[in-house]
Amino acid sequence: MTAPRDKLGRPVVVVTGMGIMTSLGNGKADNWAKLVSGESGIRTITRFPVDGLKTTMAGTVDFVSVDPFSSTGLSERMAELVTQEALDQAGIGAKADFPGPLFLAVAPVEVEWPQRRELGRAVGKLDFNYDDLLRISGGGKYSAYHHRFMFGSVAAYLAETFGTKGSPISLSTACASGATSIQLGVEAIRRGETDAALCVATDGTVNPEALVRFSLLSALSTQNDPPQAASRPFSKNRDGFVMAEGAGALVLESHEAATARGAKILGVIAGCGELTDSFHRTRSSPDGKPIIGCMNKTLADAGMTPDQIDHINAHGTATPENDKMEYNTTSAVFGELVTKIPVTSNKSMVGHTISAAGAVEAIFSLLTLEHQRIPPTINYDTPDPTILFDVVGNKARDARVTAVMSNSFGFGGQNASLILTREPA
Amino acid sequence: MTDTASKSGQTEVWITGIGLATSLGEGLDANWAALQEKRINVDEKGFAPYIVHPLMPVTFDSQIPKKGDQRQMEAWQRIGTYAAGLALDSAGIKGNKDILSKIDMVVAAGGGERDLNVDTGVLTAEAKGANAPGFLNERLMSDLRPTLFLAQLSNLLAGNIAIVHGIGGTSRTFMGEEVAGADAARIALSRIASGESDIALIGGSHNGERKDLLVLYEFGDFNLKDKFAPVWARKDHAGFALGSAGAFLVLESKAHAEARGAKPFAKLSSVVADLARRKSRGDMAATLEKLWAKLPKRDGKGAIISGATGAEPATSEERGFLKGHAEFPVRSTGTMFGHTMETQFPLGIALAALSISRGALFPPNDSMGTEIEMHEAPTQIVVVGAGHWRGEGMALVEAVS
Repeated sequence: MTAPRDKLGRPVVVVTGMGIMTSLGNGKADNWAKLVSGESGIRTITRFPVDGLKTTMAGTVDFVSVDPFSSTGLSERMAELVTQEALDQAGIGAKADFPGPLFLAVAPVEVEWPQRRELGRAVGKLDFNYDDLLRISGGGKYSAYHHRFMFGSVAAYLAETFGTKGSPISLSTACASGATSIQLGVEAIRRGETDAALCVATDGTVNPEALVRFSLLSALSTQNDPPQAASRPFSKNRDGFVMAEGAGALVLESHEAATARGAKILGVIAGCGELTDSFHRTRSSPDGKPIIGCMNKTLADAGMTPDQIDHINAHGTATPENDKMEYNTTSAVFGELVTKIPVTSNKSMVGHTISAAGAVEAIFSLLTLEHQRIPPTINYDTPDPTILFDVVGNKARDARVTAVMSNSFGFGGQNASLILTREPA
Repeated sequence: MTDTASKSGQTEVWITGIGLATSLGEGLDANWAALQEKRINVDEKGFAPYIVHPLMPVTFDSQIPKKGDQRQMEAWQRIGTYAAGLALDSAGIKGNKDILSKIDMVVAAGGGERDLNVDTGVLTAEAKGANAPGFLNERLMSDLRPTLFLAQLSNLLAGNIAIVHGIGGTSRTFMGEEVAGADAARIALSRIASGESDIALIGGSHNGERKDLLVLYEFGDFNLKDKFAPVWARKDHAGFALGSAGAFLVLESKAHAEARGAKPFAKLSSVVADLARRKSRGDMAATLEKLWAKLPKRDGKGAIISGATGAEPATSEERGFLKGHAEFPVRSTGTMFGHTMETQFPLGIALAALSISRGALFPPNDSMGTEIEMHEAPTQIVVVGAGHWRGEGMALVEAVS
């Protein structure tokens, strides 16, 4: 049974290729095997000294080499690898000729400390100011750093490497970025502008200043020992999120185009929704209305009711505030069902991949649909008694899963949700 | 190529609000008056040898009443939040909760104003021998202002606009230098034209008075040095002069605007964008020609507003493209406002809409012959935005018939 149009008369958007990388490993097979076995990718940071930091662990991707190293360079390399995996699976287009646009979720880019320090050393004086740095920056010696630290550089590289069409969009909606990249792709296909879109999200920003920034906002877990036990979504003793690196890529196509070329359909992006919270820069509105509205918009976009959702892939960062707010808002939307729908947080194992999280977790949701098995939320030993979710604690659970809601909430009042299904509704 | 044009059956999209805070002044009248007088505001001393177009001071309180909000932002966010407020005022929807609760925001943003004292403090201490493994960590932990991060995050321009002006629709932030501004307009236009959205706030802001940005662009030798010259006269003295500006627009479906009695400045008929490979000479000009051909038919009184930066070889390529369309009088926003990066394209659309609504193109300001007088009222203005390194965008702004 195929339905090329959804209930609202729009083209159905399907997924035909996926690529993923997290601290657990490279690729879908490796990640899925470790995820369902409850393995953690969180470890003590070895990339740089951690002396003087309150948080000394993260979900770093250490098995990909980038030279010279930069967070943006790592983001780019991870994005390239996951895109290649997704394209290999989708078998779409030709080499370096993807037949659609690129939507890239990427962390904001800036000159990083190794390069700044190189500049500082090049001044050759003991006392200097920014003007001295400025004076030696030109002349071509550092021209590669201009390209490296342009916000559009990662997207430009991917667009040229994979031959995506048109102007690639680099976007940030903070921790919801990955979901936004998928939403932009879905919208472009629904509008009929393209038959295919490449949606990629990547984040390789575990560096000293990024850790310090989140530390100063008291957002990170400081349960450093053992690092694998730091990320504790929905637990009473959760104390913050764990920074992590990763990337995810999805090839989206209209159902019609995918079936016409005989592609294997991996799942359906049945609905997307977003709603801005104007309450505070880092906190959600206490009444939760924007998140509730976001979930409701997503259900409406999918033409579905709460009883049709049989699994929630939670944002579940393990900050005290997020998990409580997520439970309260989910309760408001799902009513009595909230205690019956199995909920899990992939972040318990891979940490919070920030800009990549929405895409990484959408891919895990699609793998959940494929395998009919829900990955666990590890470190769930002391449940928070005020959070009455049916958390899939510590061990993976076989379940009949037909529709998953995946949530992403970010600084700056960014809320985005996706509904993923196995078959067109 | 991806593009958005008002196809048959798609709704017309009007520009019903414009907010400008620039180096020439605040608001439409001040900017228009400065353009008429060919007044340019450059600072050749403050960042010497680099030249910048500083923001004409504004009273932030009038759009950002809470001092606490102002303190949570760095300059680029304050400029943008201010200009966004002016755009909402201009559209007559400031404080209109029904509309603001559903408005869709697409913001083009850079980010990250550094704390220069912290940076130089670390670097000079290291030059003097501080080399303990945790030195950088400890200094950053003790010296960084906890909320500075929020003033650096790209999507917190949109976040601050939402908080200060009470916007509760959707919020997307596009990055990627100049073309991010074109893509913001392109996506917002296509969403309204297709009926996904009724009304959107789009735009960007930029603080050009930043030494950390000068360092970044100096890596590529892009900064204009020593002496100001109009963009078209920089061939042998290439570079851009960073400018400070916020430019926001309210885009709205014709039906939505008419239902609330809003008057249009102009209509936004099409926005197209692409990524030229720029590997050899002529690549960028060829992409501009392709974009030009994708715009709807131009048979009215046409003009071009260019965001050419003054950097080479992009500016020469663009000049070559413009020569092929010499019947269209050209104006350069780079000459008048400096290079405002992500903001340059929304600024170009704003000036196109303003020129159409005021029945005149602003006067030329160029001794090289690229800009010529236009004596008739323009009815179609093409906005051209070619990035200094990557990214090309084009928009067609037209008079509402």
